[in-house]
Amino acid sequence: MLPASRAPRVLVVVPAYNEEASVAAVVAELQAVAPGVDVVVVDDGSRDQTARRARDAGAVVLALPFNLGVGGAMRTGYLYGFRNDYDVVVQVDADGQHDPSQLPLLLAGLAQSNIVVGARFAGVGSYRVRGPRRVAMRLLSGALSRTAGTRLTDATSGFRAVDRAALGLFARHYPAEYLGDTVESLVMAVRAGLTVSQVPVQMRVRTAGVPSQSPLKASLYLGRAVLALALAYVRTRHELLPTTLPVEPREERASS
Amino acid sequence: MKEGYGLALVAAVVAMVLIVELLRRRQLTEKYAVIWLTVGLGIVVLAVSPGLLTRAADLVGVAVPSNLLFFVAGIVLLLVCLQLSFETSRLEDETRSLAEEVALLRQELEAVRRRE
Repeated sequence: MLPASRAPRVLVVVPAYNEEASVAAVVAELQAVAPGVDVVVVDDGSRDQTARRARDAGAVVLALPFNLGVGGAMRTGYLYGFRNDYDVVVQVDADGQHDPSQLPLLLAGLAQSNIVVGARFAGVGSYRVRGPRRVAMRLLSGALSRTAGTRLTDATSGFRAVDRAALGLFARHYPAEYLGDTVESLVMAVRAGLTVSQVPVQMRVRTAGVPSQSPLKASLYLGRAVLALALAYVRTRHELLPTTLPVEPREERASS
Repeated sequence: MKEGYGLALVAAVVAMVLIVELLRRRQLTEKYAVIWLTVGLGIVVLAVSPGLLTRAADLVGVAVPSNLLFFVAGIVLLLVCLQLSFETSRLEDETRSLAEEVALLRQELEAVRRRE
């Protein structure tokens, strides 16, 4: 949900691991498309020039001392957003897959729910999925749709926006394990009493790297998906804290 | 003293000395020391009076006393492993939080420096 009396302060968090080739373009595009939005790049222990490129492009950079994975990087970003009093945090991947021009669609969705997931259009620009990976994706979206009480077709999409209530939860408890950042985080949020919805967005073809279609890897993915789901449901529920309660008192914010 | 128990006694004493020495050098924190001291003491007691094991085996209905020993030893090792996994998970979690704080502090420091 968004603040009623004023324009929401929006932060875009870009988790980046060895993305020197694309991160600057993503930051520049975000600033061009959404000028009022702050951009923070979480450099997840990259060994290349990711941090420098992002900083030169005008983003605030949080440089992790070693690689924590997307979940860990995002939690750092959520913590930054929470401590600096942002109303909304949007995750945008550094590989250019997520189109910044779709940002308003996500933000509009926050009028109805605490978390908005940007889901790929069925068929448009998407790769064909077969075998165990297809089973895994169906299983995930089926289970998550039932949990959230709304149709979620693209459960593993990282393109998402969260409001202040969800931010308070994620800043402390964002899951760091594999698939935890996408799958478990949604289950966790719903179980904590938050609402989730999805909006269809256009996604781009990834510039580098295609999801593996090898049957062995796909089966492994299915196994991990089942495990992640099972863990998400049996783990103890987190309590929602008041969104005004700071993790740590601050007298001044450090946004540049 | 029956044959074989000398070996058990030596092993028990070596284990105890090792545990106490690690404790003394502050290489072993208290929570681990308690477990290992208990284990060490158990070995010493059994090595000194092997009749205890036979009687215990009779009591719980295990025909071969050494099987009882193996069973108990297996359980104890399992529990110790479980505790170590638990502690590692917690440590990983704490390291992760520290890494996050480091990243945030570094950014803040840069921002402060730039303003000066």
